[in-house]
Amino acid sequence: MGGGAKVPPPTARRAHKPGTSGWRANLEIGLLSGPAIIIFLTFVIAPVFVALYYSFYNWQGWGPARPDQYVGWGNYTWTLTNKFFWQAVGHNGFIMVVGLIMQGPLAVLVALLLNQKMRGRSLIRVLVFVPYVISEAIAGIGLRLMLRDDGAMNALLGTKISWLANPKIAIWTLMCILAWKYLGFAIILMLAGLQGIPEELSEAGAVDGATYWQIQWHIMLPLLKPTIKIWAFLSIIGSMQLFDLVYIIWGQYIAGIAGVSTMAWFMAGEGRLSGELGRGSAIAIIVFMISLFVAVVYQRFVLNRDTEGALTEPAKKAR
Amino acid sequence: MSTATLSGTQPLTLTRKPTPKDGGWGSPVIYFISLAIIAVCLGPVLYVIMGGFRDNSQINNNPAALPNPFQFNQYAEVLKTGRFWRMAWNSTFIALITVVCVVVFGVCVAFVLARYKFRLRNGMYLLFAAGLMFPMTMAITPLYIMMTRIPGMAGTPWSVILPQVGFGLPQTVIILTPFLAAIPLEIEEAATVDGCSRLGFFTRMVIPLAVPGVITVAILTFVGSWNGYMLPLYMFSDQSQYTLPLGVAVFSSQYSSDTARILAYTSMSMIPALIFFSLFEKRIVGGLTGAVKG
Repeated sequence: MGGGAKVPPPTARRAHKPGTSGWRANLEIGLLSGPAIIIFLTFVIAPVFVALYYSFYNWQGWGPARPDQYVGWGNYTWTLTNKFFWQAVGHNGFIMVVGLIMQGPLAVLVALLLNQKMRGRSLIRVLVFVPYVISEAIAGIGLRLMLRDDGAMNALLGTKISWLANPKIAIWTLMCILAWKYLGFAIILMLAGLQGIPEELSEAGAVDGATYWQIQWHIMLPLLKPTIKIWAFLSIIGSMQLFDLVYIIWGQYIAGIAGVSTMAWFMAGEGRLSGELGRGSAIAIIVFMISLFVAVVYQRFVLNRDTEGALTEPAKKAR
Repeated sequence: MSTATLSGTQPLTLTRKPTPKDGGWGSPVIYFISLAIIAVCLGPVLYVIMGGFRDNSQINNNPAALPNPFQFNQYAEVLKTGRFWRMAWNSTFIALITVVCVVVFGVCVAFVLARYKFRLRNGMYLLFAAGLMFPMTMAITPLYIMMTRIPGMAGTPWSVILPQVGFGLPQTVIILTPFLAAIPLEIEEAATVDGCSRLGFFTRMVIPLAVPGVITVAILTFVGSWNGYMLPLYMFSDQSQYTLPLGVAVFSSQYSSDTARILAYTSMSMIPALIFFSLFEKRIVGGLTGAVKG
């Protein structure tokens, strides 16, 4: 028997009515939410400040950072004047924009097709989702072997293309890999959005004499907009953090030469993997600022109306 | 069998009244496109699994062919090594502890946010909502520094588990809070009238009612942890701590000429996630749907 073992007197019953908060309620709030808040603050919020502190030191991780290791803005200027960093930023931007253009319309189109009456739709939905479930690292190993110059892809197509090493091709190979990995996720989101649209609307369109594609374009697509916007946000955040696939497929050194380096790849290579933790922290802060900027701009100008409801409504609903 | 029954097996489908149109097969074009998409999606996966059944000379002769004859050596050897089982255990242990912590702490916070009224509630909700904007990739360097500073923490599974719990909480809280808030007030009042304290209400009513949401969150967290690569890469330098993605990646660069064995290793670490996914497919897909609808 837990906390309900003692039958509370009638007054206590009213005491825990919504709106009142006695010491007991406060204690419960503290006990229930305390551990989560401590872990969250320690491992999600605090790292930002830890990074901020060490980003001003030329520090390799042994002992505390000494005053003579203080370099001021040195790590920041080093990063911001590094042409490989800006190459990586450019690649991230490219991946973000091209990823949206490549995957968005394709995902909507496939979702519209799969939203029709057909057999085996749930099976297709599962299979399309398979690449998303596999670890990036594991998928990357397989793809790296497949796309080698003497690998299965060239054997299958009868070509001799350097999918990974040729700097002109590599970035497009990466875009295709990303589409392969994440399109299933996009399709599932779009399908979910489409299924939330009442069927009466398209039926009404059909009664009024609209063709199938007119219905999709004028009725379904506008109603799918909120889903598309949220997918785009997730996709943008994802392209900002891209690391696993690039690091596994191209490795620590080749990604830069092949023209597929990303900010996170640069951060890992110049920071942790070369033992320069102070510099790694500075890069982390810069990358964090860039991502935050992009996210906030997107929130402000695109997502605004939709998330306002999504983020505040549950809190309002709760008493 | 009409499609009405098919869609009945899918989560979050609006209940559709079967109309005469529903029974049809649809246009063949859809099936053709679907097949093409499935072929692209599954191609690399099948390449890896099939490649594990071929030996290196087969692969070198024709990289794209099917196994002929099937060779079971590679898989057998992977399964015989203690290394594989060690990594599988590490991955499982880390994922399970992460899930337990995320679920326990997440449900508690979601309950507070959904069922208590207090001054800081909105601030607390926004704190976790803002957590969604903090990608782990950016925090990973300072997290590594922090772990080396905490005595007895560096290189242990906890150095991966705790950050994963921290970064798993926002999504959990955001998914579960509306879920718990949706439990009708009348149920709570009825429980109160019957002499149940709010904590008693929590353990006896809320937790059972929250099970579907919890399962969704648990699966998302488990798959995320199982697939994680960058955090173990930063935290672990000792091979005995490696998780599967990290260990297989290291293996593939150590024995880069032994393609067949790498493929066997790769598919052996892929298969648990695939089995897990096929068991809980509806929950994962349904959970994502719910998360988006917010």
